This record gives sequence, structure tokens and C-alpha cells, in this order.
Amino acid sequence: MSQKILLDKINIPGIKTYEVYRKNGGYASVEKAIKTLTPDEVVEEVKKSGLRGRGGAGFPAGMKWSFIDKKSGKPRHLVCNADESEPGTFKDRYLMEFIPHLLIEGMITSSFALGANLSYIYIRGEYMWVYKILERAIAEAKAAGFLGKNILGSGYDLELYVHCGAGAYICGEETALIESLEGKRGNPRIKPPFPAVSGLWANPTVVNNVETIATVPWIINNSGDDYAKIGIGRSTGTKLISASGHVKNPGVYEIELGLSVDEFMNSDEYLGGMSSSRPLKAFVPGGSSVPILPAELIFKTANGEDRLMSYESLSDGGFATGSMLGSGGFIVYNDTACIVRNTWNFARFYHHESCGQCTPCREGTGWLEKILWRIENGQGREEDIELLWSIQSKIEGNTICPLGDAASWPVAAAIRHFRDEFEYHVRFPEKIKNREHFVAEPFSQVKHLVGGKVIV
Amino acid sequence: MKVTIDGQSIDVEPGTTILQAARMIGGDLVPPAMCYYSKLKGSGGKCRCCLVEVSKGSEADPRPMPKLMASCVTGCMDGMEVNSKSSDRVTEARKSVTEFLLINHPLDCPICDQAGECDLQNLSFEHGNPKSRFIEEKRTFEPEDIGPHIQLHMNRCILCQRCVQVADQLTDDRVHGVLDRGDHANISTYISKAIDNEFSGNMIDVCPVGALTDKTFRFKSRVWFNKPYNAHRECTTPGCCGKTTVWMFGGEIQRVTGRKDEYHEVEEFICNSCRFDHKNVADWTIEGPREFEKDSVINQNNYTRKLEKVEIATEKTILMGRDEDRKKISMAEIPLNNNDKNS
Amino acid sequence: MERTHYKQEINMTEALMNRINELISHYPEDKRKSALLPVLHEVQDAHDNWLSIELQDKVAEILHIKPIEVYEVVTFYTMYNQKPIGKYMFEFCQTSCCCLNGAENLMDYTADKLGIKMGETTPDGMFSIAGVECLGACGYAPMMQLGDFYKEKLTEDKIDQLIADCRDDKIILHDK
Repeated sequence: MSQKILLDKINIPGIKTYEVYRKNGGYASVEKAIKTLTPDEVVEEVKKSGLRGRGGAGFPAGMKWSFIDKKSGKPRHLVCNADESEPGTFKDRYLMEFIPHLLIEGMITSSFALGANLSYIYIRGEYMWVYKILERAIAEAKAAGFLGKNILGSGYDLELYVHCGAGAYICGEETALIESLEGKRGNPRIKPPFPAVSGLWANPTVVNNVETIATVPWIINNSGDDYAKIGIGRSTGTKLISASGHVKNPGVYEIELGLSVDEFMNSDEYLGGMSSSRPLKAFVPGGSSVPILPAELIFKTANGEDRLMSYESLSDGGFATGSMLGSGGFIVYNDTACIVRNTWNFARFYHHESCGQCTPCREGTGWLEKILWRIENGQGREEDIELLWSIQSKIEGNTICPLGDAASWPVAAAIRHFRDEFEYHVRFPEKIKNREHFVAEPFSQVKHLVGGKVIV
Repeated sequence: MKVTIDGQSIDVEPGTTILQAARMIGGDLVPPAMCYYSKLKGSGGKCRCCLVEVSKGSEADPRPMPKLMASCVTGCMDGMEVNSKSSDRVTEARKSVTEFLLINHPLDCPICDQAGECDLQNLSFEHGNPKSRFIEEKRTFEPEDIGPHIQLHMNRCILCQRCVQVADQLTDDRVHGVLDRGDHANISTYISKAIDNEFSGNMIDVCPVGALTDKTFRFKSRVWFNKPYNAHRECTTPGCCGKTTVWMFGGEIQRVTGRKDEYHEVEEFICNSCRFDHKNVADWTIEGPREFEKDSVINQNNYTRKLEKVEIATEKTILMGRDEDRKKISMAEIPLNNNDKNS
Repeated sequence: MERTHYKQEINMTEALMNRINELISHYPEDKRKSALLPVLHEVQDAHDNWLSIELQDKVAEILHIKPIEVYEVVTFYTMYNQKPIGKYMFEFCQTSCCCLNGAENLMDYTADKLGIKMGETTPDGMFSIAGVECLGACGYAPMMQLGDFYKEKLTEDKIDQLIADCRDDKIILHDK
């Protein structure tokens, strides 16, 4: 049983309410920070903890905080990124829905550290009921004196509001989120300047994921060093993993980083193995945009080491034989799943979610989707596989924001590891007419019909 | 600050972008730019045509930048070294962007009024592939009437957003903008509304392609049959310089535009009255012929460049069919004759 | 792009205006535009879940911005409807994780059951169905959004029940 930091109190009845949350030690970090620490000391603890941004990129949170421009004298803002929309990821919603005060507490402590007096939680519009939960929680916290003017008699003021989006994956990108918060289209900004210098209304701004901010209270209540003891190497602490697909127990789990993928996947404490007798075919460890890996690279790395749930181990081998921890969206596929169809589905997602601002992403994502749709529907040509490879390589790295990369990587990984499945679709269109073509006849049974070269 | 682009160094002021520095040096190393416009605030960064490789970040931090950078929005640092035309990676990226810009473009140059002075044509000439790899159906938009002066062809648009910036920065009531998103993002007024403002005509001049053209010049002439002259008049519109280029066919003024420099940017913006309402020679003081860059079609007035003889690769074996094609037609092995083996 | 012009009765009630003013108060005084997204949600909820041009113009007036600034935003985000839709909008998640657990078949089932195709509205104006992209409920698939709430781990039986409940007016759409 590994240590729980975020979800340890989630099963206490009534923890959603201020009274119960407070009785169980809630808001202690606000008291400790405001009464006994300076803002810089709070930042220092977070730096020591080694906490990395939990939204996907894994950038050290304390370092991000230290970049905020305090010299300009402009008002500063903390914005919580609750625009969770990466396919396969639903952890932030779980946290906000069932223990909303943990996020509010984290927002207050973190805002204090940054010297922000006006902070926002940007939540995706589809989570409307969670928006209401947070609004009520904020009202409770304010009534209890943890928000508003002169918090706990310290002279520190903070207003916190929830802002809702309206259906746009791209607003999870921090500068698009800021644009959206300003009442505009969610077009990512050109960087530099970075938000730490010029963010919300051109003021210095830090944008952090829900899980990142919700971790701050524990770090302050204990210490950065205590947090750094949990986990493995540079992957400190715990991580929420959202598990979905063909597993026995899908849902949200808090794990200590460094847990083996095998244990996470197969022990009854976590996913409990596959949902049926159909064997494991592939998995995506960190949300739709990270590379998919075939069964043989899941539990062991290419070097034969145990694959662990950590930033380093999941990316071991680079994109050739590894993937990424990303946002912790753990998607599992059994042998009824069609990788081509899955890749098309993700390509459609990115096509739909491209903001349309820059050329490679606007034009390229649609092209990828169209070709994949043709292949999946028996209209593919041999040369389409090379074409897909070429297009994704032309999008990657050439766009304003990482959505271009996110659209390219799943396509590249699918071709890299499952090229024969693409060839099968091209050569045997009559066999893939039914959209559930691998249910009756999984690919392993027809694999001998094709065999292609491998691109790495 | 010293910056070196393709081996050529120049001293620039802090705040200068790589593209601006390249334009100061001039010549082949200047990256193409489809969305950046020096006279419009906030322009640039979107089309990705001007990507360059920064092989040395600065004297203080000499690490190369891992990704290609949009030169129009990346500031120079002291000691920075940049590869533009000299880098294969850059050439490859520009080819990619050109391909992306063209896949959904209608390629209707023969009936497009912009042909001959179109940035996308120039870009394709330099970086385009004569053969398209795109076999899907092209995206199209419903036509929208945006008033008596300006013709909107959304299918040709590359979403540089310059016209939106013109409306924001030159006029006080913007009625058009970018609507929808992704590859269906489009320039529109939402509900067909006339864009009517004394400076709206500048949207035509800043448009790098044929998406916004002059309705009063529509289908009148190919631009290379016109002779451009610098001209001016005493314009009473506040904010208008009255300095234009008039495009003549014989003794007739067929079109009036701003004066464009070698990067196709107007020197100064002009009002709609000058542009649309003054087509009589008597309205203008003609200063003399306007010079254009040497490669411009307009300057040459005809295609005089020598073309090399093109040999079509399939000619030799056209009766036999190509090896690879034949294999696709039938799964059975067809015995090869000597001719095939040699080809 | 030419757009169809639909008529809508505008009713900015006192309760709605109070809520709008409260939302505007969440932002600095000179940043009224920032309230645009939340305000549009409120206005749409109070107007049969869609926004006519006139309604968008009204929002522009309230926030002291140009109408085009509202149009730009409304057309960018998927949750704003620009034409009348059914009272009950079934929005199925159709992204891969849901499809692994039968979302596509369930969408077909629902469409057949209601006698309409994806993206359409029943002639009585009661139901609309649509496939949307990932709603962040991948572990509880297949699922749909109905009003402010999610309906998760759906089955054909649950769909039948849901349709019956909608017809009986037993479904709460908004959490006010």
C-alpha cells in the first residue's frame, strides 16, 4: 500500500464540505504559510520537493514559480489549469468533484507564495457541475476567512474565482487558456514573452495544473524534503493516474512514482488486470498524445529492465521504444482494438481541436485524419503509410504550440510499432469492412499475411 | 548587437527580430513571410514560412535552439548565429509549410486577380512541389458578400490575419474577424455585412494572396499587362498620405494601390477615396514609373527567362508501362523483358 | 460564410442580469470582456440552449465590446449553439477511450431509437444527438453529457430509461 497524499481523505463522509474538511486538518497549510513563512520560503519548499508539473510537460513547479516577474511591480496572478481534456485523463475532475477544498487550499497557499491577490481556476465548460461545486467551496472558504481581505489577520488579500471554458482542448495550453480567460478565442500566444513575465492582462502569471496545486498543502504541512523522499529519482512524490480502456477496474488511482507498471496493471489494489480474457495488445501511458507502446514494451523496457511508473522509466528508450508519463492517462487495449481505427480516432480529435492559427497544424491535422479514415475504410494505398509518416514529421516541431506535436506523435508511434496493421488494412480491404473487424479475428491471427519494414 | 545570418554579420539594435535583421542584409537569405507585416502590430508567427535555424543562441548562451524558430517573432541576441537559406532543415521546413498551404488552396491562379503579385505563387515557385500528394477533396467555403469594394474569396485565404489587424489598427469599428476554428476557421462578418470604412481598402493591399481583391478591378486585366506609376493627389481624408501607385492600361487607370516595397508591404496606407473613387488621370499627379524587384513578373512584362528543355522520364518506356505500375496491376509475376531490366 | 438567420425571443430577466453582473464583478473593472465565456453560458442556459445573433449582440452591449468579438468566441468554442436545438441534447463522447467500451454502438442504438441521425433534432424538438470529443470520463465509458451533468457507464437499458425520463420531464438540466 503506497502513500496517499491527495486522496488519503477522499473517503471521509462529507469531505466535500468546509466543516468536515477543516475538522480533518484542512487549511492547515494556509495557516502555517501565512503565519510562519515568507512567500519565498514557501517557494523554496516547493523547489526542494522536486514536484513536477502534473499537466503533462513535467516542468519543475518550484522553478516555474521562481521565474515570475516580481520586479515590475505589476499585479501577479495564479491561474489553475482545470481544463482537463486530454483523452484518457480524468483525474483533476475526480479531485475537484470529491475534495474541492484541497484545490482551494492549494490555491490560497500558492497564491501567497507568488504574491498574487487575484487568482482564477479555469475549468473546462463541460465540467459545469464541478464548476458549481467549486463556486460553493470558494464561498465557504471565504465565509471562514480564508479568502478576501486581510486573511487570518495577516494583511494578505486574495480573491479567487472560477472561470469556465466552453469546449476547446487547446485551452489546456497555458497561453491559450490565458487568452480564453481574457474572453477571446483560445489561440496560443507566441512565446516569448512567457506568462511569468506577461500573462493574464499582460501581468506576470503562473499557470499550474490542478494536481500540482493540490499537492502544495501537503508539501507545506510537511516539508519539501519529506515529499522528495517519496517516489524515485527525479520523479518525486505521488501521481494521479486515470485508467481506462480494457481493464478490470478503470478509474483514478494515486500511486507513488516508481511503482512498476506490472503491479499497477495487474494487482488487485489497482487495475486488477484485463477486463476480459482477451490479451493485452497495447497501452498509452500518458494520455492520447504520447506514443502508444506494444505489449512487449509495456512491462519491460527495451533493455529488459522493469518498466516503472515514472517520468524517466516510461520515456526510457526515447520514442523508439519508450513513451511518456504525460498527464497520466493510462489507456489499455486488448486484441479486439484496431490500432488504425484508434489512431484515426485520435487524429480526428486533434483535427477537431486544432485552433487553426498556424499552418502546419491547421492543414496537417485534417490531412492526417482524412488519410487514416481512408485506410480504416479500405480505401488506403501502400504509399499512404509513407505519406502519413512524412506529414506527421512535417507538423512536429514546426507549430506555435505543442498541439502539433501531440497530433503527430500518436500517428508516428502507431506506424513505428504497428506498421503491419496498416499494411493489412491497405491490402485486405474486404477483411476490415466491419468496424469491429478484430473482434472475431484478432490481428495476431492474420498477421502472417503481411510483414513490413520497420521505421524507427 | 551582432547577429550572423548565413555567414553574413550585421549590427542591430536590441529588439530587432531575425527577419528584420535579414531584411537589412538583404538578398537570398531573407526568409519568406506570409503573415508578418512590419506595419501591423501583433502580426507574424502564424504562417511558419519564415522558420530559421538558430545554431548559436547568443554569446552569453551559445546553445543552439532545438526547434526551428519563426524569424519574424524571434528577437536577435548578441552573437546569435542563424542559418536561413544555407540550412537543409530550414529548406525542408519551408517546403513543408508550402505544401500545407497549397493542399486546400484552389490553385485557381488563371482566374485570380492576385496572380502575378501573389506571395503564395512566389513561395510555391521557390519551395513548392509540382506534384501534389493530396488526393482528398479540397475544403471549400460558402461565398460571402462583404460589400461593394472588396471581394472575399475565402477558399484562397491562408489565415494570416493581416486584414483583421488592419481593421483593428486602422479603423475604429471592426466588423469582420476570424470565425470558427481549425481548418474551418474563416474570415467573415458572421452575417453578410458590408465592411465599410475609409481605410478598409487596405485589407486588399495587405492580403498576401487573392482572398481579398479589389472589386473595382475585378477581371479587368492581368496585373502584368498594367504599367505601374507612382502618383499623388491632395487627399483630404484625415490620415491618408495621398501617395499611391496607379496601374495603367494605355491611358486608363485601372487600379489604385498603396506603394509596395520589395517585400510587398505598402509604404503608407491610403484611403478608400483614393483607391476606389479616383480613376481619372486628371485626379493625379503622375510622378513616373514605379520600379519593381528584378524577378517580378510585372517588371519583366513577359516571361523572358530561358527555360531548360524538360525531359519526361516516362517517355522512353511509355509503351511498356513502368515496372512498379505493372506489379500493382496484377499479383502474378509477369516475366520481365530486357527493356524493363535496363530501365 | 453565409449563415442562416434564426429568430429567437430575447428575455433578459432580472435574475439573469443579476447573475451576469455578479460574473462581471469577478474581473477587474476595465476587463469586462473577460466575463464573456461565463456570461455566454448563462445567457444560453436561459434561452433554450442556443444563441441567436441578436442575443450575441446583446451580450456585446452588456460587456461593452464589438459584436464581432462575441461572434469570434461563439464560433470558436463547441459548447455554444448557434441555432435552435432539441430540449434534451445527448452529447456522446466519441473519442477512442469511450469507443473501446462500445460508444459507437450505443450512439447507433440511440439514433435508431430516436429515429434521427447524429447531429439532428427530432421533429418535436425534444431530442438532439451529437458525437463530441473527449469529455474527461474515459474510465466511466460509454457516457454522454446532458445539460450540466454527465450520464456514465451507459447501456442500452439506461438509454431507454433516460429517454423515458426526459419525456416525463424528470430530468434536471441545469444546476442553478
